[in-house]
Amino acid sequence: MQMTLDALPVGALAVVTALRSTGAQRRRMLDLGFVPGSRVRALHVSPWSDPVAYGVRGAVIALRREDAGGVQIEML
Amino acid sequence: MPNEAHIIALAGNPNVGKSTVFNALTGLRQHTGNWPGKTVAAARGDLTYGGERFTLVDLPGTYSLFPNSAEEEIARDYLCSGEAEAVLILADATCLERSLNLVLQTLEAADVPAVVCVNLLDEAAKKGIVLDLPALSRALGVPVVGTSASRGEGLDELRAALAAAVREKPRRRELAIEYPRAVERAVRVLEPALAPFARERSRFYALRLLEDDALFFARFGAELPALAAERIRDGCARARAELGELTGDALRDALVGALSDRATALVRLCEQRDETAAQRRDRRLDRLLTSRATGIPVMLALFGAILWLTVEGANVPSQLLSRALFSAQEPLRGLLAFLPPFWSGALVDGMYRTLAWVVSVMLPPMAIFFPLFTLLEDVGYLPRVAFVLDRCFARAGAHGRQSLTMCMGLGCNACGVTGCRIIDSPRERLIAMLTNSLVPCNGRFPLLITLLSVFFSGGAMLGASAGLLAALVLSVCVTLLVSRLLSVTLLRGESSAFSLELPPYRRPRVGQVLVRSLLDRTVFVLGRAVTVAAPAGLLIYLLGNCTVGDTTLLAHGAAALDPLGRALGLDGMILLAFLLGFPANEIVLPILLMGYSSAGTLVDGASLAELRAMLLANGWTGTTALCMLLFSLFHFPCGTTTLTLARESKSLKWTLVGVILPTAVGMTVCFAAHLAATWLKI
Repeated sequence: MQMTLDALPVGALAVVTALRSTGAQRRRMLDLGFVPGSRVRALHVSPWSDPVAYGVRGAVIALRREDAGGVQIEML
Repeated sequence: MPNEAHIIALAGNPNVGKSTVFNALTGLRQHTGNWPGKTVAAARGDLTYGGERFTLVDLPGTYSLFPNSAEEEIARDYLCSGEAEAVLILADATCLERSLNLVLQTLEAADVPAVVCVNLLDEAAKKGIVLDLPALSRALGVPVVGTSASRGEGLDELRAALAAAVREKPRRRELAIEYPRAVERAVRVLEPALAPFARERSRFYALRLLEDDALFFARFGAELPALAAERIRDGCARARAELGELTGDALRDALVGALSDRATALVRLCEQRDETAAQRRDRRLDRLLTSRATGIPVMLALFGAILWLTVEGANVPSQLLSRALFSAQEPLRGLLAFLPPFWSGALVDGMYRTLAWVVSVMLPPMAIFFPLFTLLEDVGYLPRVAFVLDRCFARAGAHGRQSLTMCMGLGCNACGVTGCRIIDSPRERLIAMLTNSLVPCNGRFPLLITLLSVFFSGGAMLGASAGLLAALVLSVCVTLLVSRLLSVTLLRGESSAFSLELPPYRRPRVGQVLVRSLLDRTVFVLGRAVTVAAPAGLLIYLLGNCTVGDTTLLAHGAAALDPLGRALGLDGMILLAFLLGFPANEIVLPILLMGYSSAGTLVDGASLAELRAMLLANGWTGTTALCMLLFSLFHFPCGTTTLTLARESKSLKWTLVGVILPTAVGMTVCFAAHLAATWLKI
């Protein structure tokens, strides 16, 4: 099922399929580890539901919902 | 030349312990400065091994070499400059796959011998990660040394590897990343045109040219003879034909994808990972520290605890210091007896007393607060603070990392302003810089604590620290409001993308932090006391003892400022104290006390009750104390911070805004508080 990262429930595992961002922002996401094909898990949420901490490629990266919305994933 | 030091570049991601390795290898033989033409810090250090000298050049920490930012540009340019004879690339054993991204890019970019150092092996072991470094070395074609730099393990092998690397003859690297066929074809077309210019590095330059030719020509255009440039442009056109549809983002994805696939393959080859108790513990800790129910309460509790320890712990040392320093007063006066009484008075009652007062009042709280805070930072808690508070900052139009710069500002506003460099977007960085002085720095703590103790908590220390925490919370709220104001008026614009790494929790090196921080702070406070407080004390003494007409200069100034002061719920002397306290916040209270005392000098060893009596005698009420508290939280930044603001913003306009804005906030808040108090007849 295709969806974006901001909709991934906490604790669930998914695979990154594509990135909607462009240019420098895209490169930054790739460098952080959100490369198509990588597994990502939503780990925990801030008190206000935003940002969310994701486990990807051995690191824990927090993203705001609007930035996570630019990452297309498929749930596993 | 046999006697010149061999130059080695040191590259690596941020957060992989690069500074630890750099410090361990070079010790105190470091020189720091800035990269030419940039505001990024540069460091070089020397080391000797086997009779040979080496100079290590510490490149800025970057995740890649693509020029996203000044740091990446500097790293890439340096690696291509040919100055380094070898390159040492640092990788993180706990995060090998991601570190390999930079390793692979660096191996591609630099045609000199390379050594890969996989650091943080001890942390990796705790996470259940086992690495086969010889296998990695065979696959990469370069020596790989494992280290735990903070424990000093593996450093000898590292030095040996560096010495061997420098002696090695540069040879064509065995490792070549295989890119999609279209890209490889395009590169083969381009390489011959680049060969005379780039020689060993033609493949690397070809790839960069394909990725972004505008950038390439901007960087190298001037160095290329016209014919060569023409041939390269020609080659570019034919190479693009080979790429066909593979352009722009698709091409970039393909290039990054190939690198990351290679990294994944390498990791699969050499890494074994079990999710361990440590990781589960980290996740549990994170849930505790950042969840809806417990995140904020825990944060308040932690900060409250630090403030309480600072207030409580500073009490006895302050008294001891005060007693010791003031006991030297009379002997000093005796020594200076050869001077006319006015001048010996000025030096002892003015300069020395102020110095003694500031040191005994400032040093203990700073010596407690800084180490505690550094411990918190060491453990890895601060990114969690940014994580929890990010939403507030997003709503205020500011950047999540501003919470971190505010934490730095708690220690020292000038450090907070410099720390705003961690915010990439200029708009959000400026918001963070301009509002940083709304957070009370350590220099204001003694003033706040004194006011709280004297007027609001009946001398109970618990009350004082609760008050301090409340003041801090107020500061944060006001900062958010003012940030929001700025982001809808002077600094309108888009919110930039925010990403934050939450590193694994680390056991803090308690001993090391305590000692280093303590020494650091002691030197700093003493230095400041001598350079700022002592001269200020002398000046105030003179102002308070030289008369024009029948009143002292100090009283004249206070009288002139009195109308404005009263409107704000303060008085002229208080305003004068703040103005004269511009060089450093810690001298505001001494100036005020000197101004109030009829002798124009500090009353030594005054108890809280005596202090209270003196203030009341000068017309103070609870409202005055409240307004002074508020004004001390929200007023113009101190001299050092203002200079730092000027240096960081490089703009007179924004520096002025940075001075006027907090003052305006303070005046508004005090005015409102005064009005409310009068209206409520408090």
